[in-house]
Amino acid sequence: MTGTSEMANILAEAAGRLLEDHVTRDVLSAAEDGTWPQDLWQELEQNGLTQPLAPEDRGGMGATFADAFVIAFAAGRRRAPVPLVETMAAGWLLGRAGIDVPPGPLALIDGGGDLALKDGALSGVAKSVPWAAQAGHLVVEIDGTVLLVPADAVTLTPDSNMAGEPRGTVTLEAAKPAATGSLGLTGNLPVARTLGALMRAAQMAGAMEGAVTLAVQHAGDREQFGRPIAKFQAIQQMLARAAARAAQARSAAETAFLALDRVGDDLTDAEWDVAAAKVVAGEAAEIVYDAAHQTHGAIGFTYEHELHFTTRRLWAWRGEFGAETYWAQEIGQRVLARGADTLWPDLTARQKG
Amino acid sequence: MEDIRFTPGLLPPEAEALRAEVRDFIASHLKGYPGVKRAKSWSGADPEFSKAMGARGWIGMTWPKEYGGGGRSFLERYVVLEEMLAAGAPVSAHWVADRQSGPLLLKFGTEEQRRKYIPAITRGESYFCIGMSEPNSGSDLASIRTRAEKTADGWRINGQKIWTSKAHTAHHMIALVRTRPQDPKDRHAGLSQFLIDMKETKGVTIRPIRNMAGEQMFNEVFFEDAEVPADALVGTEGGGWGQVTTELAFERSGPERYLSSYQLLFELVREIGADAGPAEAAGIGRLAAHLSTLRQMSISIATMLERGETPNLAAAIVKELGVAYEQDMPGKAHDIAGISPRTGADAGGFDQVMAYMTMAARSFSLRGGTREIMRGIIARGLGLR
Repeated sequence: MTGTSEMANILAEAAGRLLEDHVTRDVLSAAEDGTWPQDLWQELEQNGLTQPLAPEDRGGMGATFADAFVIAFAAGRRRAPVPLVETMAAGWLLGRAGIDVPPGPLALIDGGGDLALKDGALSGVAKSVPWAAQAGHLVVEIDGTVLLVPADAVTLTPDSNMAGEPRGTVTLEAAKPAATGSLGLTGNLPVARTLGALMRAAQMAGAMEGAVTLAVQHAGDREQFGRPIAKFQAIQQMLARAAARAAQARSAAETAFLALDRVGDDLTDAEWDVAAAKVVAGEAAEIVYDAAHQTHGAIGFTYEHELHFTTRRLWAWRGEFGAETYWAQEIGQRVLARGADTLWPDLTARQKG
Repeated sequence: MEDIRFTPGLLPPEAEALRAEVRDFIASHLKGYPGVKRAKSWSGADPEFSKAMGARGWIGMTWPKEYGGGGRSFLERYVVLEEMLAAGAPVSAHWVADRQSGPLLLKFGTEEQRRKYIPAITRGESYFCIGMSEPNSGSDLASIRTRAEKTADGWRINGQKIWTSKAHTAHHMIALVRTRPQDPKDRHAGLSQFLIDMKETKGVTIRPIRNMAGEQMFNEVFFEDAEVPADALVGTEGGGWGQVTTELAFERSGPERYLSSYQLLFELVREIGADAGPAEAAGIGRLAAHLSTLRQMSISIATMLERGETPNLAAAIVKELGVAYEQDMPGKAHDIAGISPRTGADAGGFDQVMAYMTMAARSFSLRGGTREIMRGIIARGLGLR
């Protein structure tokens, strides 16, 4: 069970309130123009919300994924313009590899690309790395080895995603890590990619709840033909469909977080749940994006209105750490390799825990 | 706006313990049972299979033991149901009695009615149908006109029901009829439920309606001065609307809401095979991702029901999502496999199931409350209406 534990309630309350207070329209707009929201980050860090998953003796809170879900969800719901989920995921990798977690924002690098580890040093290029310019350290996972790389050991070419969130190309030339450790985890896929997709799925579920909430409010406020547009069946049906898909995305993401608590030393089954969560979140994103904007009309198409801070992120996150097609292929190949007769037994066995 | 939560839960060990037993039962009873029959899912009927399930205690599993029920949890029942549906077992004969009529009688029926009807249901010998829709009353159920008038020793029923699934094989119908004229100020008042013996009652005529897939699944039922005894009334006279609403809530979030077209996925996976290209694999992967998440949501609701909660909005959401999934399956299978399915005895399993499901799936977003009605319920939960 998740979401109902005392820890989860405390985290949800703390993260929700803190983000709601600090992530104002001005902060979002300034962040897009390159202003780092230091107050926000400091508050999050002081409240322990940036490292829920690292063990206590490594500098974290030692919470479960099931409990930490609410933080990632809130990060998406409130559009936190800081690498909260990346830091959280990187902290878990470090903790598991027996490395002390340094303070400050961390960047999470998927080592499954063209990075190579030779004689303890890392070389290659990682593209579209989230928050690399803001992070004090980069955390790389490559073939089961976790490396903590100081930011000044790499070259960065900054850019941004379509939501204006900082991204960048990281070039490593025999970069020396500050610490290296072994993850002790087997699986089919690069672990940082799986964790990144897990976090994005939760953020997307949060963002979708936010978009639907804004649309429902707007539909109640906006009057046309002498009544709130919420009274029109076309609006009701469109938002009902969107809300259902958003609820599915949330359920799938929460299920995947729960699966991470059961991995032991094998990530293979949990990868399945992460894949499913990223697929349904990505598909739902399209429906929610459409319904939320259609309900808002022209005002939702302005920069002035806050809706785009949610919906542009939603679309950007859809493509990060593997889009639907990537994750659907991963599951599809597994299903097809095992065959029709094992499809149902495999499903029930995996969801048995 | 109501908070919509699906707390992820796993089935408890006592429920999981049943799974192997159910699989063994299916393996021995359905050996060689063809895919095109399995594809009928909970529309496929076999009274012998129902009796065998009854003998195992798998009908009325959650009902009190004193009436022949199993006294087990909703989650144990969930495992039996989903295993039956995943295998395409012919559970339709007892389906309505197990899912709706039995719970209704236990909740609103008299002690005498329970003793009289429930034990035979649990043995898989007594089958029910539900008389709700009428020619001019579909989604607008409160507008029904079939009426029951009080007589010296019972009730006299006149009118017509339509789209009544299994009326031609059921022993009993639970019909919603009008016992008082329609009140324009309270459209839900004056409706009552009656338990009608379909084999013995004079004045009941059943006329089958063939569906577009060629099956005889549903019927027209005519009542012409059909006399039923006083104890045919179920629950309170005039309380029918509230009872029916409760009854419909039983059917919104179970495994039958996303497994109706599972046999097509099964055949599709077999057809595509292990050497599929990336596009085919992605198509299969999307279907499998939904299957997995919908199952999780459905189990979550079963867990909430077991705890005594009434997650009506969440249940409506599962029906909305599940029905869309199982109804879209033939279209997705078409995208992946790209065939015009052949029918007839020579056709392969995939062709036959594909052809059947493409047609049968049209009813999925109509039965048990249309897609539009379900979205209306969700919209109300969102605070839009």
